[in-house]
Amino acid sequence: MKNILLICQKELKSYFASPIAYLLMAFFGLIFGFGFYTATRDFVRFSFQAQMMGQQGPMNVNEQIIRPLLGFASTVALFLIPMITMRLFAEEKKTGTIELLLTSPITDMQIILGKWLGSMLLYLCVLAMSAINMAMLFAWGKPDLQPVLVAYLGLILQGGCLLAIGAFISTLTKNQIIAGGVTFFVCLLLWLLSWFTAFDSSASAQVVNYLSIVTHFENFGKGVLDSKDVIFYVSMIFFSLFITSRSMESLRWRA
Amino acid sequence: MIKVEGLTKRYARTVAVDNITFEVEKGEIVGFLGPNGAGKTTTMRVLTCFLPPTAGTASVAGFDVLEKPLEVKKHIGYLPETPPLYPEMEVDEYLRFTGKLKGISGSDIDRRVDEVTGRCAIGDVRNKLIGKLSKGYRQRVGLAQAIIHNPDVLILDEPTSGLDPKQIIEIRELLKSLAGDHTIILSTHILSEVEHSCQRVIIINQGKLVAIDSVDNLTNRLRGSEAVAIEVEAANGRPNPTEVQQRLEQVAGVSRVVMRNSKDSRLSFEVESLQGRHIRADLARTVVQSGWNLSELKAVGLSLEDIFLQLTAGEEKARQENSVEAVTVSQEGAQQ
Ligand SMILES: Nc1ncnc2c1ncn2[C@@H]1O[C@H](COP(=O)(O)OP(=O)(O)OP(=O)(O)O)[C@@H](O)[C@H]1O
Ligand SMILES: [Mg+2]
Repeated sequence: MKNILLICQKELKSYFASPIAYLLMAFFGLIFGFGFYTATRDFVRFSFQAQMMGQQGPMNVNEQIIRPLLGFASTVALFLIPMITMRLFAEEKKTGTIELLLTSPITDMQIILGKWLGSMLLYLCVLAMSAINMAMLFAWGKPDLQPVLVAYLGLILQGGCLLAIGAFISTLTKNQIIAGGVTFFVCLLLWLLSWFTAFDSSASAQVVNYLSIVTHFENFGKGVLDSKDVIFYVSMIFFSLFITSRSMESLRWRA
Repeated sequence: MIKVEGLTKRYARTVAVDNITFEVEKGEIVGFLGPNGAGKTTTMRVLTCFLPPTAGTASVAGFDVLEKPLEVKKHIGYLPETPPLYPEMEVDEYLRFTGKLKGISGSDIDRRVDEVTGRCAIGDVRNKLIGKLSKGYRQRVGLAQAIIHNPDVLILDEPTSGLDPKQIIEIRELLKSLAGDHTIILSTHILSEVEHSCQRVIIINQGKLVAIDSVDNLTNRLRGSEAVAIEVEAANGRPNPTEVQQRLEQVAGVSRVVMRNSKDSRLSFEVESLQGRHIRADLARTVVQSGWNLSELKAVGLSLEDIFLQLTAGEEKARQENSVEAVTVSQEGAQQ
């Protein structure tokens, strides 16, 4: 455990030693702020119209602002993941520091978990940029807290999953750009699949749908906490970290 | 302390290390000598559990590299060929990180960092970013990293590359001060490096073991032989290069003749002698008697490359001569 935290700490430091961490946070904060602005503007306009037409009863902040907003956030996060994971192993392979890690008395799994945890913490920092806008919503409207928390849990689990996949891809090459590109492509594919299968009810589409990391977010986004989805994400994370360790093993045998 | 038996490491196409066997005793400093691509780094990577062997076994401090890698790694301090440094860290921060990575407890770490920064003379850059250090300083930080946990075994891949002469001497002193309770293997392609720091030498070439010997024995063996640069000029016209080469090869005690240059009417060669033979006088006589002019004749130092050829080819030739002697002796014996 000590070793995992040591690696994690080192990863976090190097993220924040370069501009990448700040860039990601700023980028996400801006995009999220923009989404927030559009969603609230529309909301205000609609509720104004509704009142003009004599309809009674408040409109639902959860349904009309938070849900689409966090759905949007999950898509944006999808495309930030490659920027976080691309350097994890590729950079160490390129500079040769991997030789230090692999000849130190720690296990491969400790290295992998440390790195994944580090990337996870950066991802949380990025997500945290949405806190300001969320706080405004809570101060102004009266949204339910529970579905918001569920949606955030979904964002975290989806992120953890993609970060683990990104980490795996990063072990395959020395070249950060390739690692980032392939991870980006995988994320893009998942995103597209979730679009296509949404209109298709054939058996194969259902299978793809089940395996698609993105579609499992939908329930979380609705504020529904289904143990099936949680189990899917958690087992995906374990599986990805496991193949990462296999990949590191074979790296030794090949290179 | 280190035991390597029948070690072979094959990459996709090349056999980098081919069936080598050696042992290193506790407290020894052993030099690992070989030209580029000899397989030094590969052997060291196997010893440090970075790469698994294709065949054969290796063990450090009694632990097999395949079966007990964590134990092996605990006993080893390793300086890879390119020092494994994080440019975004400060020197102090980096040493603390590597120290903890190697299992030093939080209460000891400050003391250890102080000690190695002193020993490796990097006290003046402790708060600098590693990315901004010069190559020599990086090398020293890499070395500090290798000794931070005071390991039983030190494996150093070209520890003095990139250092200035003063630093090289200091590193040699450092290594000597570490010897005794540390076992050290260092690789290099510089023969004098080994002469200064090591008690024993392991020489490999193209993955194969060429010689294991004490430094004293080896230098004695090599001191006997000489390399001579010779320049021949024809008295009239241009001499036939192959003819000159053949004549030179026929001189007694010559092991090898290499043509270096042919310019106008001058031909230059490099000639190496067998061990213990002095060939300069004979060479001069041969050239003059053949009717050529001797325009230059001087002794040159043996390069590492020459020494390998010397060791391999010399042994080959010596064996042939011995067997010839053995035959004549037995014939004489039969006549008596
Ligand atoms: N990762 C690799 N993949 C394939 N072949 C390799 C790899 N690393 C080394 N080799 C080959 O193995 C052989 C031995 O290489 P090695 O690096 O061990 O030599 P060396 O003695 O350290 O040389 P140098 O003095 O140049 O450092 C070389 O022929 C090299 O081309
Ligand atoms: Mg090498």
